[in-house]
Amino acid sequence: MTSILFKNARIVDPVTQTDTEQDLLIVDGTIERLGPGLSSPDAEEVNLRGKTIVPGLCDMHVHFREPGFEHKEDIRSGSAAAAAGGFTAVACMPNTHPTIDTAAVVSFIFQKAQGLPVDVYPIAAITKDRKGESLAPLLELREAGAVGFSDDGSPLFNTKVLRIALEYASMLDVPIIQHAEDPNLFTGGAMNESIVSTELGLPSIPRLSEDAVVSRDIMFTAYVNGRYHLAHMSTSGAADAVRDAKARGLRVTAEITPHHFTLTDEAVRSFDSNFKMNPPLRTADDVRAMKEALRDGIADAIATDHAPHATFEKEVEFVYAPFGIIGLETAVGLAVTELLQENWLTLPQLIEKLSTNPRRILGLPELRIEEGMKANLTLLDLEAQWTVDVHRFKSKSRNSPFHGMTLTGKPVGIYNNGQLVLAD
Amino acid sequence: MTILQKILDEQGFDRMLSRLAHEILERNQTLDSLAVIGLRTRGEFVARRLAAKLGEIEGRTPDLGVLDVTLYRDDVRQHLRQPEVRATEITFDITDKHVILVDDVLFTGRTVRSALNALVDLGRARTIQLVVLVDRGHRELPIRADFTGKNVTTSRGQEVRVRLREVDGHDGIDLVSIEE
Amino acid sequence: MSSLQINHLLGLQHVSHEDITLILDSTDTFLEILERPIKKVPTLQGKTVVNLFFENSTRTRISFELAERRLSADVVNFSASTSSVSKGETLLDTALNIEAMKVDIVVMRHSAAGAGHFLSTRCTSRFINAGDGAHEHPTQALLDMCTLRQKHGTLDGLNVCIMGDIAHSRVARSNIYGLLTMGANVAVCGPSSMMPYELERLRVRIFTNVEEALQFSDAVNVLRIQLERDAGANFPTLREYHNSFGITRQRLDRLGRDITVLHPGPINRGVEIESEVADGAYSVILPQVTNGVAIRMAVLYLIGTKAE
Repeated sequence: MTSILFKNARIVDPVTQTDTEQDLLIVDGTIERLGPGLSSPDAEEVNLRGKTIVPGLCDMHVHFREPGFEHKEDIRSGSAAAAAGGFTAVACMPNTHPTIDTAAVVSFIFQKAQGLPVDVYPIAAITKDRKGESLAPLLELREAGAVGFSDDGSPLFNTKVLRIALEYASMLDVPIIQHAEDPNLFTGGAMNESIVSTELGLPSIPRLSEDAVVSRDIMFTAYVNGRYHLAHMSTSGAADAVRDAKARGLRVTAEITPHHFTLTDEAVRSFDSNFKMNPPLRTADDVRAMKEALRDGIADAIATDHAPHATFEKEVEFVYAPFGIIGLETAVGLAVTELLQENWLTLPQLIEKLSTNPRRILGLPELRIEEGMKANLTLLDLEAQWTVDVHRFKSKSRNSPFHGMTLTGKPVGIYNNGQLVLAD
Repeated sequence: MTILQKILDEQGFDRMLSRLAHEILERNQTLDSLAVIGLRTRGEFVARRLAAKLGEIEGRTPDLGVLDVTLYRDDVRQHLRQPEVRATEITFDITDKHVILVDDVLFTGRTVRSALNALVDLGRARTIQLVVLVDRGHRELPIRADFTGKNVTTSRGQEVRVRLREVDGHDGIDLVSIEE
Repeated sequence: MSSLQINHLLGLQHVSHEDITLILDSTDTFLEILERPIKKVPTLQGKTVVNLFFENSTRTRISFELAERRLSADVVNFSASTSSVSKGETLLDTALNIEAMKVDIVVMRHSAAGAGHFLSTRCTSRFINAGDGAHEHPTQALLDMCTLRQKHGTLDGLNVCIMGDIAHSRVARSNIYGLLTMGANVAVCGPSSMMPYELERLRVRIFTNVEEALQFSDAVNVLRIQLERDAGANFPTLREYHNSFGITRQRLDRLGRDITVLHPGPINRGVEIESEVADGAYSVILPQVTNGVAIRMAVLYLIGTKAE
């Protein structure tokens, strides 16, 4: 029997609508008692004065690169990065090698993640090898434990396949997660199309590319009554389309990455490939629209799109660099700094975007900080100021545009699966 | 910067130019195939004065040119300094000419070395003769003037300042201290 | 004493009026050297310049190489027709390896916008951009400005129109930045499909009618149409392009006044420009080429001898 007693913590739970300062006793991975002035002689005591306990955070969009690209990241290092970033659950995308498009690969992921403090849930491919042509065995994949379907990295563009996928997946109440982009408008684009791309002469990706696909997808979702989740929403146009879909009561959800509510395409002027991702950094108007979408509940989740790449892969000419940045270890700091401190979201709302909603979208068990519930918790220091140092990251990769930035809000640790992981 | 000694006043300056012009003529006999070339920037003005003096004596002026040696300087190549580079203005062919190279002060000899290299690139002069108003010593290269206005003994912390009407409003030569 | 503010010439967008003026003024000196029987000065003796060309460009490379040799630099040429990535060695590795052989100045042509920026922050050599993707080609714009200044005396208030595929042109970008800095009024003219997004935000007038553009202009800079890439993609046919946007003798004569015609070369005769115009009295295309060597000498001198 192991027990841990968290003393003097502020406990915030959007589900139970609590926000109180209490002690929390965990015995064998379960919340045994909750209340003021608890003591337990056997328990390891952790004083959390000034710190906050929230339900375990969930990042519904990460790339852990295993199997196939373990030099960038693997499930173990990715989970360590997730734990350091305050996440107890992640959903990993299927653009691995081989693709997560068979039950065997889904099982492989679970097997690799077994015993880790972070729960790793595979998202399986919609189509075989993510080619966008023929459907992967969605029922088998779901049976094996896939929590969603996506061809992320590539759009599901063929409208016939899109329709079938939405129809088929609706049997399972699992979302089709779309990387919304029109491949015909993608001609080697490396950044957002704007005055900045015009000035820099870089090939560009218009916002129209995302807007058009999202609008089209929503029509299809309505037509077949499907479940649709928009990955890494980045444009005001897409936000408008999702707003409209929600008003019509459609089963449409959306996520936004921290970089898309923090940075603009102005950053690309440095030609630093850590500012290259897809969707690309957009304009200041879009950044504002992303914050409004989070505030208004148009965006349900904050997801990092954690996309590790080795330094030698990223340290090349901007147009040749692969898309993507790592995000697990900066997500909380950016969310607190940009959203909480600027009063776009309250703390319970922020926890909804980082835990409750993504879990609900993926059909994961609801978390509540209540006696008798499994202890799946994130410990935060909402006041801590810290400077991002990629060299201290747990991730194998270093491709973060936030290196050197000073942020407020830092994960202190997580507790999940009976394991306490405290940040350095 | 303090003036230690006035070496020459206006009058003395003019007399010195006249003397130099006469010496040049005495050595070369004629203005035929004589070309006066001044080194930017002060040598340019001295060369104009000297050419005018020669003109007064002989009734016609010799060919006159201006040489910019910036691109030939060894200190530029060592990143020591980067003076503004300006055009060389020599509109005649120096081949087979007797070139009278004019500068204000002869010091280390490095500028003259640059000028000699520059002149060689412009053509094969019959002779090159060096005129300076002041030779202050401290040579770093085996170079000497053919015609010298005045020899002045100086120390390293001193400088010889040649004042010219065109630049300073009056003519004259001062010995100044540049040590603080 | 005047010295450049910049350490590398990566583009003209952030180069000051003073720096551009210094480069243009210095160019006169080098033009004079090009008239001499011995067209060579020892200024860069002992310095090594590497011409790192990842894209074919005989013309620009020869111009740079002549400029380097006339300044007495040691010159090494490195050409790679394919991108470094496909060969397995990264651009950074290539550059660091070349730098380890103790070079002083790197002149680089690369198909990727920002390649020079990328290397200049990671290497110790001085970089001169000889064209990076559709980003900038600063020495071309400087030689264009030099040629315009020779003909018109000043760039201040001069009306200059750049004609052609603005979206994909590094020459257009460098000219726009340089000319605006020097006080010129800048316009562009070409099919709407060849104008980059939000171009109007750059203080540039946009014409889609060639006659109106010519009315505006004291000088036109006619860009080369990339035959392979553009016909069929950005406009229907070369014939239609020539008829609608080509610079013809008839169009220029109709103005009833002088107008200067520049072209960065190589020319597609009968497409963007009529032969008669390219070879005729309006054209300053050959002086551009001469000025190109002088302007590159000026840039190499000013960058290569600048104090640390």
